[in-house]
This record gives sequence, structure tokens and C-alpha cells, in this order.
Amino acid sequence: MNLLTLSPYRHAMDKDPPQVTDRPAATPAVRMHSAADTAAAASTGSPDPRLIEIEHFDFFYGPQQVLFDVNLQIPERHVTALIGPSGCGKTTLLRSINRMNDLIEGIHHRGDIKIRGRSIFDPHLEVIALRKRIGMVFQKSNPFPKSIFENVVYPLRVAGVRQRALLEEVAERSLRAAALWDEVKDRLHTSALGLSGGQQQRLCIARAIANQPEILLMDEPCSALDPVATARIEELILELKREFTIVIVTHNMQQAARISDFTAFFYLGRLVETGPTQKIFTCPKHKQTEDYVTGRFG
Amino acid sequence: MKPSLPWHEGIRAPGEPWVWFTAVGLTAGLVMIVGLLGLVLVQGLKAFWPRRVVEITLRADSPHLFRGSRVLAGERVHERQKSSPTPEKAAAGADLREWQLFLGNKDVYGLAFRYVDVAEIEQVRQPSGLLRFERTEYGPLFAFPVALESPGAEPLPATHPAFLPTLRQRLAEADQRRREIRRLEKKEIGELNRQLEKLQVQLRTLEARQEAGQDIARELAAIQNLRTRLEADYERLAARARELRSAQERDRLVCRLPTGEEHRVPLGRLLSFYAPNDLGWAGRLQVFGARLWEFLSEEPREANTEGGIFPAIFGTFVMTVLMSMAVTPLGVVAALYLREYARQGWLTRAVRIAVNNLAGVPSIVFGVFGLGFFVYLMGGQIDRWFFAERLPTPTFGTGGLLWASLTLALMTVPVVIVATEEALAAVPRSTREGSLACGASQWQTIQRVVLPAAAPGVLTGLILAMARGAGEVAPLMLVGVVKLAPELPINTTYPYIHLDQKFMHLGFHIYDLGFQSPDSDAAQPMVFATTLFLLALVVVLNLTAITLRNHLRRKYASAAF
Repeated sequence: MNLLTLSPYRHAMDKDPPQVTDRPAATPAVRMHSAADTAAAASTGSPDPRLIEIEHFDFFYGPQQVLFDVNLQIPERHVTALIGPSGCGKTTLLRSINRMNDLIEGIHHRGDIKIRGRSIFDPHLEVIALRKRIGMVFQKSNPFPKSIFENVVYPLRVAGVRQRALLEEVAERSLRAAALWDEVKDRLHTSALGLSGGQQQRLCIARAIANQPEILLMDEPCSALDPVATARIEELILELKREFTIVIVTHNMQQAARISDFTAFFYLGRLVETGPTQKIFTCPKHKQTEDYVTGRFG
Repeated sequence: MKPSLPWHEGIRAPGEPWVWFTAVGLTAGLVMIVGLLGLVLVQGLKAFWPRRVVEITLRADSPHLFRGSRVLAGERVHERQKSSPTPEKAAAGADLREWQLFLGNKDVYGLAFRYVDVAEIEQVRQPSGLLRFERTEYGPLFAFPVALESPGAEPLPATHPAFLPTLRQRLAEADQRRREIRRLEKKEIGELNRQLEKLQVQLRTLEARQEAGQDIARELAAIQNLRTRLEADYERLAARARELRSAQERDRLVCRLPTGEEHRVPLGRLLSFYAPNDLGWAGRLQVFGARLWEFLSEEPREANTEGGIFPAIFGTFVMTVLMSMAVTPLGVVAALYLREYARQGWLTRAVRIAVNNLAGVPSIVFGVFGLGFFVYLMGGQIDRWFFAERLPTPTFGTGGLLWASLTLALMTVPVVIVATEEALAAVPRSTREGSLACGASQWQTIQRVVLPAAAPGVLTGLILAMARGAGEVAPLMLVGVVKLAPELPINTTYPYIHLDQKFMHLGFHIYDLGFQSPDSDAAQPMVFATTLFLLALVVVLNLTAITLRNHLRRKYASAAF
């Protein structure tokens, strides 16, 4: 069963895309692939091993360079963990994938990030269209000051979806997928700020997947949660990777080992080593990686 | 050496005495505020409490007989030490107090207040049977009723058991007639006048066409015809009003003034009465309530020193609401651009400083600006475009409700901008990022997430703006407030909300009563009462906004506020 192919919402969007701004007519060459492509690719069952390609990526905050020549391929429908000590640039890299860093003044980059072979820095690409395809979960849960229901359907609301039935369906499906439905189904229209920390974070995950994005970026999603809530989120990630490509930044080695398929180790802005998680944790090539994953520094 | 005891250290803790200093500062502030509010409350409510009327008999040798009488009666307003006693009296240690009496009966006595030396008083008593009448003019009447005269009937003596009920009933009838006269003159004759005015305008346009050489005889005849009919209607209504007026003068109350003189008053000039010395506690409370209600619900009489303040309350309320409606969108939109869209740099800093300084500009400057810009420039232009046929009589080219509201909105917009900016800045960055990451545009983020979260802060700004705007007087005097407005700014005449009309305002009313009134002694209780209700109105408006803000806070309960 594949949500992407069965979702009526997808088809509704295909027929009437109110906010799709990737200008198919004007620039067909640089057009992001359509939702139908995604569905086709997803339904083939053969995950693209190079869904996201990061090529010679340098990143600067003003004069200060924080990423140095990063080359990384992120495979489809797997969990890729970015690990490394604080300040090594993993969050910056994660936020570059959906161009959240655009909000910061005085940044620039070199190199390229491609999703399915299309550059995300293409001047013809609307950043809003990009972000609609990439869900993001933040370190600290950030529910909006709205009801639980409105939080979940927010991505659809901003895309101009009005049909009540569709919104309700998406809300239920997303909340079920985020393992939150049973806890909140009786109070969907109460404030989201009344939920506990773990529930709020799962609500943010539900929100991030409501729009059926291809990619889910998670920036230390469990760092503010207790072990029980963390365990629930981890279960959820394992669940979600069947549908979504997940990139997760984490400080927790055990967590990376438990949930990720691939791991990339960063140190001082450089990608030191990348590979299947088991390999990185059992027989890393680099001394630095071994020291870090065994807890000798960091 | 003995080690110092712990409490020594406590006392010597650096800066500890300053705690007391700051506490004294706060206490002084609170005492002043409570004192001010208490004074206004007590004095304001005292104006409605029915005082006892004292009858004073002066000593036979008193040099200060009142209209040749030793007896006079009135409300004792206050007592003071004589400021310049004659030296021999001061030496003798005589009683130097004097009482200020409110005598009423201004039409007979020519004055309403009088000082009486306590030393010259032989006897003080509270006579039973004395009535205090409210009148349409000359202030209250203090008198003992004698009889009720009607033409063609026996006078009904005051000793008759049916006297008081009959008097009440006649007064009610007179009140009915007064309302009828008022309705005739204001509504029906006013409507006729409006139609005549319209005809006048039509005539003028016709004349212009005649000068252009067109034939206007037929239209002219139609207009003359209509005019004759309207004038006949007018005559009929005016005759009816005259008839009612003469009915108002028909019945008379014969009464004896405290000084012993006999006096006759037409019933049409009396409004209500009570017996101040015969009322029990409950009765006085009832009179208190009735007078308070009259004050809140009636129009002013006699150069505003009597009657109520309803038009002023209403005018203040409408103006404040209009001002809020103008200032909120303007301030919020300006703050949004300044905080969310404008590139932060020296220019935005300069704008911010300018906005903050705008809040410190004296309000009269805004008044002058409003007069020059809104009234003369914009109002004049509107008149030339849309009301040209009425010129030279200005419609919007003179002070009015709209211009006053806009002037005050301009004056209070910095407050709203500053508060909104702070509220926007307090919305956490993570919330905005969450919205943007969902594929929302910046405007969607602002509209759907940032503004709702900032709404309580915006309302705080609005509360401050209302508090400042509602109590402002100086600029309003230039752009539309008047001492007495004939109509409310919102009424039943098309187009219902008259933005061009001048209006009354509580703040200006206070100024007018206290400092422009012919009889400031008589107006003093009204000043306090009006002040009380201005404060009450501001409190009510603020409480409404605060309730709304708390509701929003609950709805968007977030850590930011």
C-alpha cells in the first residue's frame, strides 16, 4: 500500500494546484518533477539511491565558512543520520536542503544541492514550491497558536485547500501516522499548546507529513524529550521511512545506531566519513569517527 | 576580635536601604492615584445625594438681612473660616466661621449662593414640608407649596390630601407636552427645514441654468408649489407648538419662598420635585438613583450646568471607537512593514526613532495639524467635489466627528506601532520557521501565525491608545468638539452616522463647565460628576479591550506573553 498513489489529495492538487509556482509552461527544462512523477517513482518500489545529491557544498555565514566541500548522496526511503559534535555544520546542511537558511542575512554558498537531479538553487524554482515537498521537524517543538486540527492541516491551508472533508481526512491520516490520533481525537479543536512536550513534537511531525512531502528533515527531534517520548518518536521514524526519505540530525549515538540506515559524520564543517550505519559504528575507516562514535570525544 | 554577627552582615548588604527608597516611591505614587480617584468618586457621587435644606433665622441685630427677611433657607455647601475678620471681632474671639448656602430661586433672588456668618445665626432648623423643584431654567426652586391654580377652577390648597398626587400628575402631563413640543420642533419642523433647504439648492441650480438661457418656468412653478405646501405644513406645526407652549403656562403653582415672599410658577417650567427634609434614608437613596440616572441619560440644560451629560458620553464613546477603528489597521500595517518586510538598517532605525518621538509631540500640535490638513485641505476638497451645491456652507470643511477621530488616530498611532512591533518581535523565530517550512509564503506566515500570536500585544497598544485618545481635549477643540451639539452623531436621520457633525465630548465638557461657565459655584458638582464618568468611560472601554485580550490569550495561550 502506498499513500502517495492512493491519496485523493494528490490528485486534487494535480488538477488544481493553487500555490504551485514552479512555472511549468515558462521553463519546462528546469521544472521540478510533478507529483505524478513522484507517485510513479514511489510506486515502482525501487528507491532512488541518490534522491538528494550534495555536491562540493561550501557554506558561509558572512565571512565565516562553516561547511567545506561537502559531497553526500542521500537515498530515497531510508533514514540518513547526520552526526558530529556541536558546531560541525550538520544543522546548517540540513537547513540548506529546504533553504531555511535563506532567512538569515549575509549568507552565501558554493556548490550545489540537487533533488532528483534538479538544483534547489535554480533561480526559476520557487522556494515555496520546494518547501512544500520537504517537511521539517525542529529541535524544539513549535506548534502554532491554533487548534490541533488547524496545526495539522496548516500546510494544506496555505496551499489553498478548502474542502472540509479532505482536510479532515488528511488530519486523521497524519495524526495516525504520527501515532497521536488516539490521544487527541476527542480534542482536535482545542489549543495545540495544551499538549505535552512529546505530544507537541509528534504533532509537529504530523504537520510536517500532512502535505505528503517526499523528504522529511529532522533537526534533533528528540533532544528536548524524555526517554519514553523519545522511544515513541523513534518507533515513528522507523514507521515513516517506508513512505518518506528521512534526514535526521542527532547528538545521540545510540539513536543514530538504532534508527538510521546510513550515517554521515561531520567534524569542523567537513564530512569526514559516510556509509551504512552498521559500518560506521563497527569498523569506521577514520580514527576521528571511531573516537566520536565510541564516545572518546565530542 | 569577635566575628560580626550575621544580622550585621544583613544590614550592611550593599544597596539594601534602596529597597525602602523604591518602596516609598511606589507608595507615594499609589497614594496620589488613590487620593485622586477617591476625591473624584466621592465628590462626583455627592453631587447626586439629596442634601437636607436648613432654614436659618438670623439674629434680630444682624446687619446682613436677606431681602429684608431674617429667615433664609438653602443647602449648606461648605463651611470656612472668614478670611478677613474685622479686628475687633478677631480680638473678641468670636465665632469666625461662615457657611456657604445654596439658596436656589435664582430668578427671584438674582443669586444662588450666599455666605452667612455663623455668629449672626440665631436658629437653624430643617423645616418639614419644604420642596425642592428641578426647573427648566434658573436652577432649583426651594419653596413651601401653597396651592395649585388652574384657570376657571378653585385653587387646590396644599393642605388638601389630593395635592401632592395632583401635582405629580400635572407635572407628568407637562412633561408629556414638553416632549411633544421637542418632537415637533426637532423632528417634524427639522424635516421640513431640510426639505426647504433642498428646494433652495434646487432653486440655485435652476438659476444657474436660467443664466445659461434655458427655460425653467415649469420647474420653477413646481418648486414654488412644493414650497407653499411645505410652508403651510410649517405653519400648522408651529401653531400646534404654540398651543402646547401656552398650555405649559396655564397651570401655576403658588408657593411661599423661605423668605416669606409669595411666588407663582407655571407648571410647564417644573420638572420634578422632592421634599429634602422629609425623606428617609431609602427615599434619599431613591432620589440619588433618579438624579444619577437623569445625569447619565438626559441632555444638558442651562449652559450645561444642569441636566445630564448623555450627548457628551455618547460623543466620547463614538469618537473613541472610530479612532480605534482608524488607528488599529494603520498602526498594525505600519509596524508589520517596519518589522517584517523592511530591511533592517539605518533607515528603519531612523523611522523607529521618529515614530517614538511622534508619541511625544504635544497634542495641540496634532490639533493644529488636523485643522490644517484634515479640515481645511481634505474637508475643503471633499466639499468642492461632493457638496458643491451647499457651499459656502461647509459640510466636511469644518470640524467634525470624522476629522476629530482621524486627528486622534494620528496622535495615538505611535503607541500602536511601538506595541505591535514589540509583540511581533516577541513571536518566537521557531514559530515563523515552522510555518515557512510548511510551504507558507511570508505573508501567509504573518497573517496566519504571527499576527494571531501577536494580537494580545497589539490590543495592549490599542488600550494605551484609547486611554490617551478618550481623555484628550486640546486637539479636539480645534477639530470638531462643541459645547452643545443639537443632535447625536448617530441618530435616526439618514445616513444615520453623521461623520461631518460636530459632537460633544466629556473632556471638553469638564473644561467648559469648570472654566467657561457663568456660575462656577453651581457647576462645581457637575465638574466632579463629569470627571467621574469620563474616568468610568475610559475604564469601561479599557476593560472591554482587556477582556478581549484575555480571551485571545487563552485562545492562543503561548509562552510569548
